[in-house]
Amino acid sequence: MGDYIVLVISCIFINNILLMQYLGNCPFLGVSKRMETAVGMAMAVVFVLVMAGAVTWVVYHYILKPYELEYLRTLSFILVIASLVQFVEMFLKKNIPALYEGLGIYLPLITTNCAVLGVCIINIKEGYNFLQTLVSSFSYAVGFGLALVLFAAIRERILLARVPKPLQDTSIGLVTAGMLSLSFFAFKGMIH
Amino acid sequence: MKRVFREFIKGLWEQIPPFRLVLGLCPTLAVTKRVEDAIGMGIAVTFVLTCSNIIISLLRNFIPKQVRIACFIVVIATFVTIVELVMQAFNYPLYLKLGIFIPLIVVNCILLGRAEAFASKNSVIYSAADGLGIGIGFGLSLFTLASFREILGYGTFFNIPVFGPSFKPFSFLVKAPGAFVCLGLMLCIMNILKK
Repeated sequence: MGDYIVLVISCIFINNILLMQYLGNCPFLGVSKRMETAVGMAMAVVFVLVMAGAVTWVVYHYILKPYELEYLRTLSFILVIASLVQFVEMFLKKNIPALYEGLGIYLPLITTNCAVLGVCIINIKEGYNFLQTLVSSFSYAVGFGLALVLFAAIRERILLARVPKPLQDTSIGLVTAGMLSLSFFAFKGMIH
Repeated sequence: MKRVFREFIKGLWEQIPPFRLVLGLCPTLAVTKRVEDAIGMGIAVTFVLTCSNIIISLLRNFIPKQVRIACFIVVIATFVTIVELVMQAFNYPLYLKLGIFIPLIVVNCILLGRAEAFASKNSVIYSAADGLGIGIGFGLSLFTLASFREILGYGTFFNIPVFGPSFKPFSFLVKAPGAFVCLGLMLCIMNILKK
């Protein structure tokens, strides 16, 4: 049990996928201009990442490994993720229209979100078992959501401030992300 | 011929990623701690981008519109796998250092962006020039950022010390927060130069 708590904390804070491992930065800067879009994206990522983590684990350990096809990892994972996203989109559209309304436009973007493929590969590289994979995927996704929502809140405040012209938009966004990353840096000493 | 040259040149300044086309930020932040990693990444991306642009351009009349993204991803993933295996065989230390960012070239938005915006609409020779130009441009940006970070952050360039022994490195620059701040300031400088 203790191991799982450590895993959760380290995935959310210490190894935060956005601010510490630099994964998923394009959507991070792209959708963080407004709070609503940030929350929508965060939820979509949590939803897809847990499923993708589980499915890719099964694919790796029950298909690729027995047939010694590990070198096809990248190719098969990205295909699995792309089709999973498509499938989730179709399923939600038909069965849970309310959720689809909320997540709809963010789902296609997730295919090229490197956080998703990145976490799936990290899970395999770390040699997690199935339960650990689920926990780590979920916690990484929560960490992504947390950073995204925090960042969106800061960015909404920046809109009201007077930013020098060359620094506007992405530039000031990155500097702000750096500051946020600095504050997450403080978590480094939490677990030895 | 003139147009081929123009397509090549535009990737080096006019549309240089990630400064002008703000895409592919993850590797830009992650592998620019040391110059040699940045060059390795630049070469890998250039190779994948050129080859995938050529193949996609050749297939552009056969790929159905509805499933084009999936097809592009398969082509890109194939070349990424090639790079991964070749690097593992011939430059294992670099493979270990770039680690997860080699498979992640697949989801680098620059590649898919060029496939969608350029290679699927233009003929082979222009697509190849475009891929080569954008790839080299990306490599150059990585190199610039990495030299800045390595020289000030470690006090070395290509692992050779450039300052005297009394130099205290700004280790902030080679940590995660420094990457973001550095890239932000770099974009700011590019915005000033644009005028």
